[in-house]
Amino acid sequence: MGASIKAISYHLPEKSFSNEGYFALFPESRSNENLNKLKIENRFIVSENEVSSDLAVKSALKLFDEHKINRDEIDFVIFCAQEFDFYTPTTACTIQAKLGLSNNCGAIDFNLGCSGFVYGLNIAKGLIESDSCKNVLLLTSSTLTKTFHPKDKSSRYLFGDGAAATLISSVNSSQSGIRKFVFGTDGSRFDKIIVRDGGARNPINENSFIDSNDGFGNISNNAHFFMDGIGIFNFALKTVPNLIFQTLEKNELKLEQIDYFVLHQTNFLLNESIRKKMNIEPERMIYNIHGIGNTVSSTIPIAIKMEQDKGKIKKDALVLIAGFGTGLSWSATIIKI
Amino acid sequence: MSINDFIQKLEQELESFPENSIKPESDLKSFPEWSSMYALIIIALIDTEYNVTITGEDLRNMKSVQELYDLILSRK
Repeated sequence: MGASIKAISYHLPEKSFSNEGYFALFPESRSNENLNKLKIENRFIVSENEVSSDLAVKSALKLFDEHKINRDEIDFVIFCAQEFDFYTPTTACTIQAKLGLSNNCGAIDFNLGCSGFVYGLNIAKGLIESDSCKNVLLLTSSTLTKTFHPKDKSSRYLFGDGAAATLISSVNSSQSGIRKFVFGTDGSRFDKIIVRDGGARNPINENSFIDSNDGFGNISNNAHFFMDGIGIFNFALKTVPNLIFQTLEKNELKLEQIDYFVLHQTNFLLNESIRKKMNIEPERMIYNIHGIGNTVSSTIPIAIKMEQDKGKIKKDALVLIAGFGTGLSWSATIIKI
Repeated sequence: MSINDFIQKLEQELESFPENSIKPESDLKSFPEWSSMYALIIIALIDTEYNVTITGEDLRNMKSVQELYDLILSRK
């Protein structure tokens, strides 16, 4: 028995945040033509009273509607996020009820950022191929912009909010549409992308709100999101090409046999540098950053869905997907659409 | 590769620097336009062109383009 991605839908919040809006907040950046190299023109930002599970529920409802999916047939829901509704219970349990899924449905949360979709896909594949489930609903969602310091120029330019719903189902074919995975973790670099205070390790305290400048004009504090942008850039340049080669090797495939590469959508400069290093033709590298920014765990499913809708990624295409980010954590696999 | 080739590449990649404004002795950090974007562009350029990794710390310590060029050569 194999597992395949059957359908993808996504939801973006209503409020958009264009470069015009950005330059109104940071007028000194308007003349910085180098920002064009990131090729981000717009992002969508979650409203104050909306949370990550709300976006996920909306993406799932869209999935049911767009693809005529019978929700009674879903026997497991996996929620990948970094912002959960409560300390307890598990947010996926509340999602089960909101979506009207069966009481025989399993529900779990897991916490990963930009590598989350690929990890979630492997969990879904495992549930199906171990014959525990037939239809797994994987929800990825991010409301990271809620954690940004108002004066954090870089993060506010790069990231947008959004959610994706992916249905993974059992197929009769002996070969799975989701192939073998490669994983990686380097927890020694946990502080490269971090919100330091507010979790169990460091409760919010009076020092949490002392601002500091990273030397490049980005202001943040321990109560807000911090990313060592240069450190992460170098991590990705080094790690992702190796990750791609390992994934090809594990699946006994050659670079030329892959129709499309859908890397986690960070920004054009970084993904393009990876493409150049690997000598992949521009037509085979998918870019889907300009209208929505980096939506963390949802960039890969949103990019696949948007390219399917445009008619570029067609049925039976072989696509290599690679996620990488906070943790530090990374993973890749190959899927047959 | 010579330092002049390197400077030419830098000028091609870094928008909004007037032509011929970068010299071997220039301290890029002293330009008013300097930002983390420049750092990323320089790191991407050096990685893809010379297959050498330059860190944020290297750029923070760099006092001139010549110093950066020498660092690339020493790591090649």
